[in-house]
Amino acid sequence: MTTLFERNESERRLLLMDRSRPGRLGTTLPRLDVPESDLPDGSMLRDDLELPEVSEGEIVRYFSQISQLNFSIDHNFYPLGSCTMKYNPKLNDEIASLPGFSDIHPLQPEGTAQGAIKLLWELQEYLNEITGMAGCSLAPMAGADGELAGMLMARAYHLERGDDGRKNVLIPDSAHGTNPASAAMAGFEVVSLPSDSNGNTDLDALRDSVDDNLAGLMITLPSTLGLFDTNILDVTRIVRDAGGIVYGDGANLNAIVGRVKFGDLGFDVIHSNLHKTFTQPHGGGGPGAGPVIAGPRLVDYLPTPIAERGERDGGGDERFSLKRPPKTIGRMGAFHGNFGALARAWAYIRTLGREGIPQISEDAVINANYVLSQLRGFYDLPYDRSCMHEVVFSASSLRREHGARALDVAKRLIDYGIHPPTMYFPLIVDEALMIEPTETESKETLDFFIEVMKTIAKEAAEDPDLLHDAPHNTPNTRLDEARAARRPDLRWRRGSE
Amino acid sequence: MNPEGLKYSREHEWARSDGSGAATVGITHFAQDNLGDVVFVELPDVGEDVVQFEKMGEIESVKAVSDLYSPVSGRVLERNEALTDSPELVNDSPYGDGWMLRVEVSDSSEMDGLMSAADYTAFLDAEA
Repeated sequence: MTTLFERNESERRLLLMDRSRPGRLGTTLPRLDVPESDLPDGSMLRDDLELPEVSEGEIVRYFSQISQLNFSIDHNFYPLGSCTMKYNPKLNDEIASLPGFSDIHPLQPEGTAQGAIKLLWELQEYLNEITGMAGCSLAPMAGADGELAGMLMARAYHLERGDDGRKNVLIPDSAHGTNPASAAMAGFEVVSLPSDSNGNTDLDALRDSVDDNLAGLMITLPSTLGLFDTNILDVTRIVRDAGGIVYGDGANLNAIVGRVKFGDLGFDVIHSNLHKTFTQPHGGGGPGAGPVIAGPRLVDYLPTPIAERGERDGGGDERFSLKRPPKTIGRMGAFHGNFGALARAWAYIRTLGREGIPQISEDAVINANYVLSQLRGFYDLPYDRSCMHEVVFSASSLRREHGARALDVAKRLIDYGIHPPTMYFPLIVDEALMIEPTETESKETLDFFIEVMKTIAKEAAEDPDLLHDAPHNTPNTRLDEARAARRPDLRWRRGSE
Repeated sequence: MNPEGLKYSREHEWARSDGSGAATVGITHFAQDNLGDVVFVELPDVGEDVVQFEKMGEIESVKAVSDLYSPVSGRVLERNEALTDSPELVNDSPYGDGWMLRVEVSDSSEMDGLMSAADYTAFLDAEA
């Protein structure tokens, strides 16, 4: 017999359609105050689509209950490597929601949206200063969109010089996974470069790969191993001497912001994932912002539009407008990017200021190295050297000795209220566990995480099945991921489970 | 674990010659074990050419998407259509029902450059 406790649990798990009762309403329509007219031809109407019928109170309770099943940075520690899941200040949302930013239309006259365009211009200037580059377009909608823009700019640069044989783009195996796709989409051939035993770019392999077919190099700095490539000045020089464009994936800018400028290292074009380094909620697929930022060789090819500051008007006020760069590759999408994301990044930069921004990278790097130093010996360290903003461990020994994989460690973390780290990436590390604590976590949180990771290593040795079956304390326990991928069941049907 | 009579590549693919100029290819036990549960396999069409050690397709597991590299060069004679609906065959039977392609080998000397079962087992031990 079902107890009332069980009934409570199962009723809380009911889907919206299963809560529906015929005739129940969440709203009452006002009296008809326009002339009645006939419905369109019956063939245009469908009656096979069931809609839920619930009261307002029921729907609020339904979505509130679902939201409590969510895992978010506002609830728990979220050390998901490469994704930079740091706390997002609420002030950013407040500023992005100001009516002068949120109630405007991209097609309204520029003279009536001066504040918004000024914000874009200021953000461009901040990003140029932070990265040491010459010019910036805020148009790309996400990091990979910025990569594509940068590679299209490189292509336009070579083609304009009549250099149409430059087809090859070199990409180290420690690069972000999107880099090869972006180069291929821009029409290039991808050539993979190996890392040396320290996790740096292998300079001999690089020298062997540059020739007249070299279009450029895409390098993630710091790399997805969480390492700063100490060969970077040689890397950019070799590529530039061979006539190639140096692209910097700035997804990990949070590790060096305020301390190292891409422009000083010889980069021609980079992108920055503003939603990561400069905070805004992400991890659910967007919206993001991936401005593309160029040095002198490529600045004229930036995607349109660019915000510009013009002459002061008769009243002495600064005037701002949107302009088209002279040799632009065109638009990356409609209008000027995800404005809300840009406004949040602007707010974060203004909040921290010149004094606060270097503390982003300082705290991010110190936190990651603290985790590294405390967990050394409990998990394998394939590259045992000081890391940047993230540290990549390996569960190779745990797997070999106890049959517990990186996946099992990650699932067990959920039982302790901690989001799993990124697993099995980067691909060059076996059983990878990629941990990015970010700069917004306290020492107490990190100490708890470290204690949990040590405990899990001990559990793996004493009772590996505890890990194999984890998580135990969640509404859903271990999912059959293979079945979910092979035979996904995504559609509600009446009477189905 | 790794059957005798097959030839193995450093990319963890195997090839079995049928003695009349064709070879069956697939991935090794080690490869499927490392990938974890396979959920999708993308293979070239019949009639396409594959080149030794170059990409012949993709394999997706619950962990990651990886490239498949052909252990031999030649024209694709047949591909294992059962993998479309049952990719788990690669996990259950990497050397049997989980085979991937049958290839008309264009240069039989290529097979000589691949590893024997004993060499491959030693190669795995050295990698570990």
